[in-house]
Amino acid sequence: MSDAETLTTATEPTRPSSDTAPAPRRGRRGEEIAKVLFVVPAALTIIALFGYPVVKNLAMSFQNYTLRTFINGEAPWVGLQNYVAVVTEELFSKALVNTALFTIGSIIGQFVIGMLLALFFHKNFPLNGVLRALFLLPWLLPLIVSSAAWRAILEQDSGVLNVTLEGLGIINAPIPWLTSPDVALIAVILVNIWIGIPFNLTLLYSGLQEIPDELYEAGALDGASGWKAFWNITWPNLHAVVSVVLMLGVIYTLKVIDIILGLTQGGPANATQTIATQSYQRSFVEFKFGQGAALSNILILISLVFAIVYLRATRRQVDE
Amino acid sequence: MIKKRLAAAAAMATLAPLTLAACGGGGSNEPGSEGSASEAVSSLTVLDYYTESPSHSQIGDQLQKCGTSIGVATVDHQSVPGPTLIQKVLQQASSKTLPDVLMLDNPDIQQIAEAGALMPLGDFGLNADGYAPGPVSAATFDGQLYGLQPGANTLAIFYHKDVLAKAGVQPPKTWAELKTAAKKLTSGKQYGFAFNATADYEGAWQFLPPMWTNGGDETDLKSPQVAGALQLWKDLVDDGSVSKSAVNWKQADVNDQFIAGKAAMMLNGPWQIPSLQKAKVDFGVAPFPVNTPDQTSIAPLGGEAWTVPVTGDNAKMAKAAELVKCMNTDENQMLRAKQGGLVPTKLALAEQYKTEVPSMAGFTDAVANARARTGKLGPKWPDTAKVIYTGMQLVLTDQAAPADAMAKAGAS
Repeated sequence: MSDAETLTTATEPTRPSSDTAPAPRRGRRGEEIAKVLFVVPAALTIIALFGYPVVKNLAMSFQNYTLRTFINGEAPWVGLQNYVAVVTEELFSKALVNTALFTIGSIIGQFVIGMLLALFFHKNFPLNGVLRALFLLPWLLPLIVSSAAWRAILEQDSGVLNVTLEGLGIINAPIPWLTSPDVALIAVILVNIWIGIPFNLTLLYSGLQEIPDELYEAGALDGASGWKAFWNITWPNLHAVVSVVLMLGVIYTLKVIDIILGLTQGGPANATQTIATQSYQRSFVEFKFGQGAALSNILILISLVFAIVYLRATRRQVDE
Repeated sequence: MIKKRLAAAAAMATLAPLTLAACGGGGSNEPGSEGSASEAVSSLTVLDYYTESPSHSQIGDQLQKCGTSIGVATVDHQSVPGPTLIQKVLQQASSKTLPDVLMLDNPDIQQIAEAGALMPLGDFGLNADGYAPGPVSAATFDGQLYGLQPGANTLAIFYHKDVLAKAGVQPPKTWAELKTAAKKLTSGKQYGFAFNATADYEGAWQFLPPMWTNGGDETDLKSPQVAGALQLWKDLVDDGSVSKSAVNWKQADVNDQFIAGKAAMMLNGPWQIPSLQKAKVDFGVAPFPVNTPDQTSIAPLGGEAWTVPVTGDNAKMAKAAELVKCMNTDENQMLRAKQGGLVPTKLALAEQYKTEVPSMAGFTDAVANARARTGKLGPKWPDTAKVIYTGMQLVLTDQAAPADAMAKAGAS
C-alpha cells in the first residue's frame, strides 16, 4: 500500500497541467488499471496455490472422500461426520498430547541449543565460518536420509549410540530408543532437535549481527558485561527475530511427519503418533481422505492460533 | 519493513500443513464406448511396481513377447515404487489416464475393484480354473474375477543350516520346539529367531502364520486362538530369543539380521532368496510350525496379479485382457516363478516345478494352502489389519495382555 502511494506521488509532477479535465481522468484510470494489473499475477498465484487447497481441503473434510471418489467422482456430503470420527477415536487425545510434547520439546531444545551456538559463533575465532557451515549439514540432508541414519544409530542391539554408551560404561543395559513406548517419543524429539538446530542457529546468528557493537561498548562503560549484557542488550534487540524463529519453529514442528514415519512409523504401540502422522495415515494409507482432511484442518487451526498470537504481538510492537 | 516481511513469511507458514492434504480432485470416469473391438490396437500401456532390476527388464521382456504374440506392436511398460502405486492409480483414475493393464498386490485388488476401477475378467472370457484357491479368492469380488496372478509367495521359517547343526537343533515342527530351539540358539550377539512386528500392514502379514495356524480368524480377533498366537510372539520376545527391536524391523531388516548372523532363524519369504544366495548363506526352509499336532500350517498368500482397468476403450480393454491371459500361460507362469522366486499358481504345474526347482519345494506346498488376506473380509481387510498390528505392538511392548490386546486395539 505504502509502495503504491509513493508511486503516485512520484508520477504526479510529470503530469500535464491539472486544470485540463479529461487528460488527468484518463491518466488516473490508466493508473488504477496498472495498479490492478500489477496485483493480478500475485493474486492469481495465491488463489491457485493457497486459496484452492485451503478451500478444497475444507470441502473434503465435510465429504465422504475415498478411493471411490477418484474413480467415479462421487463424494457425498456428510456434515461433521469426519470430524466426529477422528475426534472420538481413542487415539486422538494421545496424538494431541504427543503433538504438544513433540512441539514443545523440539522447540525448547532447538531454540536453547541454537541460541547458545549463535552466541558462541558471534565471537571472532579461527575457523568460525567453516564450523558454522558444518552446522548447516543436518539441514542439507534429505529427511529420509537423516531419519534412516538415525534409525541405524538408535538401533537397540547394535546401534552405534548404545554400543558407545555401553563401551564407555555409562549404561549397563542397552536403551530401547525406538522400541519402548516410554522412550520412543523422547528419541524422536532428540532427532528433531538435531534437525532444527541449523535453522535456529542461522536466524539467531543473523539477528545478533544486526545489533550494533556501540550498544555493547556503551553497556561495557556502564559495567554491563556477560550475562547482564545479554539480558539488557542482546535479548531486547533480538526480540523480533526470536519471535519469528519460535513462530516458524512451532508451525514447522506441528506438521512434521517424515522424521516420525522414518524412525518409528508412529509406533511402538502408537507411542509416537501425532495429529500429522494420523492425518497422513488416514489419507495415504487407509485412503479415508475426508478424515485425513479433517485432521489436517484441525492442525491448520492450531497453527492459525499461533500465527494470530504472533501477529498481534508484533502489531503491538509496531504501534509502540 | 523487515518486520512486515517476517510477518508475511509467518502467515504463509501457517498454511504449511496443507502439504499433507488436498492431493487432487476427483473426476468422473464413465466407461464410454470410444473405439470398437474391430479397430486395430497398436500399443498398450502397463503399470506395475517392479522397479528393481532384474525384475523390471524380465517382466518387460515377457510383456513385449506377449504383445507381439497378440499383435500389439508396442507395450509401454512403466514401474513406480510399491508404496506409491495406489496413489498413482488414483491420480490416473481422476485424470482418466489409467493404464491398459495394471498390476496390483493381491490384497489391494478387491478394494480397487469395489471402487469400480477394474473390469471383470469374465467379460473377456477369462477364468481361473485350475488355480490355487488363495489367488482366486483374493481376486474375486462380488462373485466376479478381477485379476489373474501368475506367481505366488508366502512366509516360512528360514534357518542357518550350519548354526542349527552345530547346536544340535532340528528345524522346529511345533511351537514348543520353536521356543526351545530359539532359546538354545540365542547366545552372545546371536538371537535364536527374528520376525517383523512393525506397526503397518507388513507387521500384520507376518503375524498371520501363527494366528491362522492356531485356528484364529480375522472375523473374531478376540478369540483365545488369536490370543494364543499373540502369546507365542510375546514368549519369544520375553525369553530374549527374539530382539525387542522386532517392533521396528521391516522384513528387509529381519533379512539383514539373518544374513549378518545375528539371527539363527527368521520368518520371511522367498523374495529374499536372491540376497541370501548372493551373501552365500547356507540356509534351509521349513513351514511355519504348528501349536498342536492336529493343526496344519497355514501361511498368508503373497504376490501380484494382472488386472484390466476400466479405460472406456473397448478395443484396448479386449487386447489388455489377452495380454493378461498371455502372462498367465503355463510357460510364462513357470518362467516368472523361476525368475522371481515365486510358485506357479496353477496347481497342475506344482509337481513339475518342484522337480525343476527343488529349493522351492517347501514353498510350493505352502502356496497350495495359502490363504488370502482379503478372502473373508474383502475391502474391509485394511481396517482389520490395523487392529491386528496395533494389538500385536501393545502385547510386545507390555501395554496389554494377549487376552485383551485386540479389544484394546479396537477389535469389535
